Amino acid sequence: MTSADLVPGRGASRRRARVERVVFLGPGIGYLIAFMAIPVLLILSLTIFKRGRFGGVVYQPTIENFIRAFDPIYLSVLGNSLVIASITTVLALALGYPTAYGIAKLAPKWRTIALIAVVLPFWTNFLIRTYAWIVLLNSEGPINKSLVGAGLIHQPLELLYTRGAVVAGLLYAYIPLMILPLYASIERLDPQLREAAANLGASPWRTFRDVTLPLTLPGAIIGSIFVFVPSMGNFIIPELLGGGKTVMVGNLIRDQFLKARDWPFGAVLALALIMFLVALFALQSWVTRRLNGGGRT
Amino acid sequence: MTTQGDVLVSIQRIARRFGDVVALDDVSIDIRDNEFFALLGPSGCGKTTLLRVLAGFEEPDAGQVLLGDTDLLALPPHRRPVNLMFQSYALFPHMSVERNVAYGLEREGTAKAEVRTRVGEVLETVGLSELAKRRPSQLSGGQRQRVALARAIVKRPRLLLLDEPLSALDRKVRAEMQLELKRLQHDVGITFVVVTHDQEEAMSMADRIAVMHEGTVQQVDSPVDLYQRPSNLFVAQFIGTSNLFAGDAVTGGIRFAGRTLPGVVVGEPISGASRLLVRPEDTVLVEPRDALLSGRVIETQFFGGVSTVAITVAGHDVPVLLTRQGAPSAVRDAEVHLSWDPAKAVVLSA
Ligand SMILES: Nc1ncnc2c1ncn2[C@@H]1O[C@H](COP(=O)(O)OP(=O)(O)OP(=O)(O)O)[C@@H](O)[C@H]1O
Ligand SMILES: [Mg+2]
Repeated sequence: MTSADLVPGRGASRRRARVERVVFLGPGIGYLIAFMAIPVLLILSLTIFKRGRFGGVVYQPTIENFIRAFDPIYLSVLGNSLVIASITTVLALALGYPTAYGIAKLAPKWRTIALIAVVLPFWTNFLIRTYAWIVLLNSEGPINKSLVGAGLIHQPLELLYTRGAVVAGLLYAYIPLMILPLYASIERLDPQLREAAANLGASPWRTFRDVTLPLTLPGAIIGSIFVFVPSMGNFIIPELLGGGKTVMVGNLIRDQFLKARDWPFGAVLALALIMFLVALFALQSWVTRRLNGGGRT
Repeated sequence: MTTQGDVLVSIQRIARRFGDVVALDDVSIDIRDNEFFALLGPSGCGKTTLLRVLAGFEEPDAGQVLLGDTDLLALPPHRRPVNLMFQSYALFPHMSVERNVAYGLEREGTAKAEVRTRVGEVLETVGLSELAKRRPSQLSGGQRQRVALARAIVKRPRLLLLDEPLSALDRKVRAEMQLELKRLQHDVGITFVVVTHDQEEAMSMADRIAVMHEGTVQQVDSPVDLYQRPSNLFVAQFIGTSNLFAGDAVTGGIRFAGRTLPGVVVGEPISGASRLLVRPEDTVLVEPRDALLSGRVIETQFFGGVSTVAITVAGHDVPVLLTRQGAPSAVRDAEVHLSWDPAKAVVLSA
């Protein structure tokens, strides 16, 4: 074949690849633009305007909202959310990794059952599950009752309306989002890679450190983001299990929009949260790219 | 020449099954110190499984393996003085070529400077010095295979297991690597166990070859003995090209089409249905009065150095093949007469 034969053929296949991209990605991206990007942009456009006296927006440009966001009160709420979401994420990783690892090592039949068990909580309503936690952690609840009954404590513990309760609730709500991507990356790991490490003299721990962990890190990072992001933004759990004592960014934003009716400032807080999460995603994709070494796979 | 001493690895009655599949069935092989040993057999006959047992990734159902005096099966994989080159390479995708190769040395606690020199040397050997910084995903199949080879040989273990080490290489690189492996064995004194599909490769490189079939060892012998004295029909058919005549065993040969075709029996006496093996290069054309068989030439082929003649013989359903040096000695459709040295024909149980 001469090069003259090749050129048009290659051009056509490139064009086809482009058409395929549009066909496959088009609907999803179109949907996201229509129902997600546009509303978000509308909200974000509010950030530069003044609030009305009784709610609503006065279309006079200002940077006041941004300055206000740096008020220590709001910064401390952001810090608090960061701490709670981070603790939740670390715990989810610590609990989720062994779980995902264990599931990946099961026989295929049991694997499916275990995975269904992991997502089972999603089949019931989120609010109902959270109320169930109130019942559980209550000073009259089963945990306190049984501890008192066993004579281990005299006074019921204050479990509910604490930071710990918020973390527990978030952990419970989002740990499946940690386990699933972790499971996927562990399951995909070629077992021969671990054998190769052992064959070259690496102890089981060393093999885990040098092979298993780095190669499942992308899954761990995705799982961490899946847990961290909704934990940051959640406002139902802090309210129900934190009893309003633990205020998180989500509560703040919700309050600005629904209670204080200060939409511009709420929009600024929302923007701050989004920026923060975008930075996180950028970090994630950078780390993952470095790990995979780029190029063909 | 390499000096081959005592038995280094003694594989004794190893069995391994996966559900209904018997991957290894009562396999016993002694591999000598400093030997170049080849495992040869059709796909799925258990070659990889045997290597995995030696490396510690497959627990045999029965049997034992001794390395010198130590019970090899009692050692965890990372403590075995055995390196395996995986058939699928199993390169670490997140490490550069260089780091892949250095990994084993680092685990032994080899000094940094020495690791660097030895990695450099071995990459030079396999011709990948320029690609040291690349990741496996940026290499071609043949290049990956050479990285896997480098990673296995750099540690210079007592026992090196190579699972199809050269299968992805082109003829030229392959010949170079074959020489390198022989040189390595000679210079460093490693015992090699090499799995290969390629008969010629096994024949030309190995001191001894084990021919396997459906999980069993058919014969362990030197390449020459394997070729000239196959111990059964499977080995005879698997190694090289052969003319096999079917008939009942009689003293000094077999009965075929009303006459006796002469041949020798190796080992146990044979009776009943048998085959007589005559290699094409041992088959010669003779005058009618010296003929053992007669037939008609159906095709001749000339390959430059050698030529082949295919002859139909009554009572034998595939053509009898004859090879000789130089040009074909017969023309198409000619009536020809065949004979062979009875000492070079082997009677095998059918
Ligand atoms: N983990 C496993 N589970 C089930 N069956 C297996 C497993 N490993 C190997 N087998 C079976 O055992 C038999 C021997 O396999 P093995 O990989 O040892 O063959 P091989 O001789 O290396 O073949 P090839 O030349 O194709 O690499 C095959 O029938 C294979 O299907
Ligand atoms: Mg194999």
